[in-house]
Amino acid sequence: MLGLSKKDTSFLIAVIFLTLATPILLQPFPEGSALAQFNAGYPDLMQRFAIYGIFAIGFNILFGLTGYLSFGHAAFLGVGSYSVVWMYKLLSYNVVPGLILAIIMSGLFALLIGYISLRRSGIYFSILTLAFAQMSFNLAYSVLTPLTNGETGLQVYTDDPQVLMDAASPSSPHFFGIVMNESSKIDVGGWLFTFNNGYYFCAIIAIVVFYLSMRIFRSPFGIMLRAIKTNQTRMNYTGLNPRPYTLAAFVISGMYAGLAGGLLASMDPLAGAERMQWTASGEVVLMTILGGAGTLMGPILGAGFIKYFENIFSKINDTVLHGWFSALPDGLEDAIVFLFHPFIGKGWHLTLGLLFMLVVIFLPGGLIEGGTRIWNSVTGRNRKKKQDQGDHHPKPAAHVN
Amino acid sequence: MSKFNLNRRTLIKSGAAFGAGLAMPTIFTSSAFAYTNEPKGGTVTLGFNVPQTGPYADEGMDELRAQELAVQHLNGEGDGGMMNTFSSKALKGNGILGKKVQFVTGDTQTKSDAARASAKSMIEKDGAVMINGGSSSGVAVAVQGLCQEAGVIFMAGLTHSNDTTGKDKKANGFRHFFNAYMSAAALAPVLKAAYGDDRRAYHLTADYTWGWTQQESIAAATEAVGWETVNNVLTPLASTDFSSYIAPVLNSGADVLVLNHYGGNMVNSLTNAVQFGLRDKMVNGKQFEIVVPLYSELMAAGAGENVRGVIGSMNWNWQLQDEGSKAFVKSFGEKYGRPPSNSAHTCYVQTLLYADACERAGTFNPCGVVEALEGFEFDGMGNGPTLYRADDHQCFKDVLVMKGKENPTNEYDTLEIVEVTPRAQVEYAPDHPMFAGGDLGQCNSGA
Repeated sequence: MLGLSKKDTSFLIAVIFLTLATPILLQPFPEGSALAQFNAGYPDLMQRFAIYGIFAIGFNILFGLTGYLSFGHAAFLGVGSYSVVWMYKLLSYNVVPGLILAIIMSGLFALLIGYISLRRSGIYFSILTLAFAQMSFNLAYSVLTPLTNGETGLQVYTDDPQVLMDAASPSSPHFFGIVMNESSKIDVGGWLFTFNNGYYFCAIIAIVVFYLSMRIFRSPFGIMLRAIKTNQTRMNYTGLNPRPYTLAAFVISGMYAGLAGGLLASMDPLAGAERMQWTASGEVVLMTILGGAGTLMGPILGAGFIKYFENIFSKINDTVLHGWFSALPDGLEDAIVFLFHPFIGKGWHLTLGLLFMLVVIFLPGGLIEGGTRIWNSVTGRNRKKKQDQGDHHPKPAAHVN
Repeated sequence: MSKFNLNRRTLIKSGAAFGAGLAMPTIFTSSAFAYTNEPKGGTVTLGFNVPQTGPYADEGMDELRAQELAVQHLNGEGDGGMMNTFSSKALKGNGILGKKVQFVTGDTQTKSDAARASAKSMIEKDGAVMINGGSSSGVAVAVQGLCQEAGVIFMAGLTHSNDTTGKDKKANGFRHFFNAYMSAAALAPVLKAAYGDDRRAYHLTADYTWGWTQQESIAAATEAVGWETVNNVLTPLASTDFSSYIAPVLNSGADVLVLNHYGGNMVNSLTNAVQFGLRDKMVNGKQFEIVVPLYSELMAAGAGENVRGVIGSMNWNWQLQDEGSKAFVKSFGEKYGRPPSNSAHTCYVQTLLYADACERAGTFNPCGVVEALEGFEFDGMGNGPTLYRADDHQCFKDVLVMKGKENPTNEYDTLEIVEVTPRAQVEYAPDHPMFAGGDLGQCNSGA
């Protein structure tokens, strides 16, 4: 269906199902139970899952396919956000003009940065993009303050023009009247499910762009990008110029980032300069590697994983820990809380860092590889494959010294 | 590659499924709540959103201590602290409106984005009815806007920018802390008396809303007493080394350096300035001086002996001898073994003021709370008689002018009170040009 193979279609359908059922899947524990702390099914976090998923999908088109590691993608995220907030300020709270402008602006921006940065490859390319992103951050932070409002962030004020606003239109971001921050809550026997308009808006866009990236992965263009990653020199010798392909990939992934940035501002009408900081660029690299670079689903998993830690682990404090272990004797309780203390609350970076290290060392293919390994050991496919290899492949040549 | 054929039947089927998926959120409507996060059980949740990482992390941790203490006192544990000296007697030590007070915490990372994400999760996930805390005006402005949209009350923590209750003021937001204008109004006469009326000032300013408005206020107030402003240089909030900003000061012909910095920034810039020997210099035949308009105990402790003799201002200090301050310092000291900072004080007071307003209003409904707080006059919270002005939700009270102690006796004894500037001297009209352009709007209960 839709130009996909049978396998890909079922994959896409699974993704659609998972995305639409997220508000239910992320709420595994009933309200009021001790484990409700780990529920993630509230609108803001779900929106972030979808939005950073889009960001990571786009980044993966560049990094996963061509192998060009960009350290400057946060700049496009910021450009997208600023575009949307400016459209709020000038036109109205409808997100559509803003999102269109966000994609166009980030595309132009990516064209400029990509045109210059792609003259180099490898580490030089990474450093160039990093430099551009840092420049954009500083511009947004302290030079272009009339445009960006500096550190405070760009906000909508009541005295902004908003020429398309009339008395009836909603006073927060909306999609032709569907207000983003409105949600319906259903209470099913202790479980509270929140179905948020903003989340479904992001989710549907995420599904569409996921489908697009799937098509890119399977297209001749995608094959060409993979060829660049495999051996660019050989491509040059066969008479192919890789630059247009890499530039196209760079611009596409920049537009994805711009869309993600625009969606961030569509959910929460504020754009801050820190969105463009190099740590934000580093974050998307982590997401992609953590989930599995070059796989379709990996970056989305990675994005979810990091956002989950940032929002859930950072909120566990000592009081919560004391609550969990209150059944234990006092001395032991304090000892355990003391032991856990560096890894929770503000220490969530530490926990994430440790997990990232473990994943990179033991699962170089990211979380996707972990999933595949578990799947294979369950179905026993691994053993079969090993036997196959034994039968059909020549034995490695013995070392002669 | 095998392909699916799209026929009429599958198209209708998938279309229907897709439509159902789209319609799902709108099928169920829930308007069981009269306002955002109406507490239904026996507990009420407050959200404490403070910087636990970043340049203001020390302040944030101290705020958190005070907030925990406030929750204990509200629930009737401990010695009650300032609840005993507070002029309003609505609080009974049985929680708020009979509901036990719980709290959730979050890390603002001193970034507007992260602070909003953390506040959102408190409101959406944990059901917080009030957000309190924060140590940066950029963050306060961002979170205040969020609370206004979401329909919860924002009780600002440490935020000193004029904009918080000026051009960015919101009906659901309240500030107990003083602001840059008040600092400037209190400092200018003291600076004139100490350093004369023909000084040339060089400003280093943190590059965000607080720095901008503080610089503007200090420059205006000092120029009014005859000083000249030589230059103003903006420094990024994330800077840790200010050497490159200090060096040009020496060649500018200025004889006073005004550091519009706070927290870790101020500790670093002041240390750099002292290392460069600025304070031993004689310029224009006068001793070179450094001024830090907004002081805090934690900063003074961080900067060590570099703060000696440096003049600044504060909202409150633990050395004050009124009954409220003594009660608060005693219960804070007994719990944590250290005196509270003025950021801890403002968060503690804000939490009690919120609880008291709920009791007096008889509801957690933000609109009721707003009504109870507007124009509220109280005493016994350490700052003398205080007014929550209805026009801009700013508290008006005395301002302390402080000076780094020359001979500190212990690690907490770093600052001394030079003058308590009376409230009348720091008051201003709601439409003062430095605060103009804002609009409180209507209170939002989220219903």
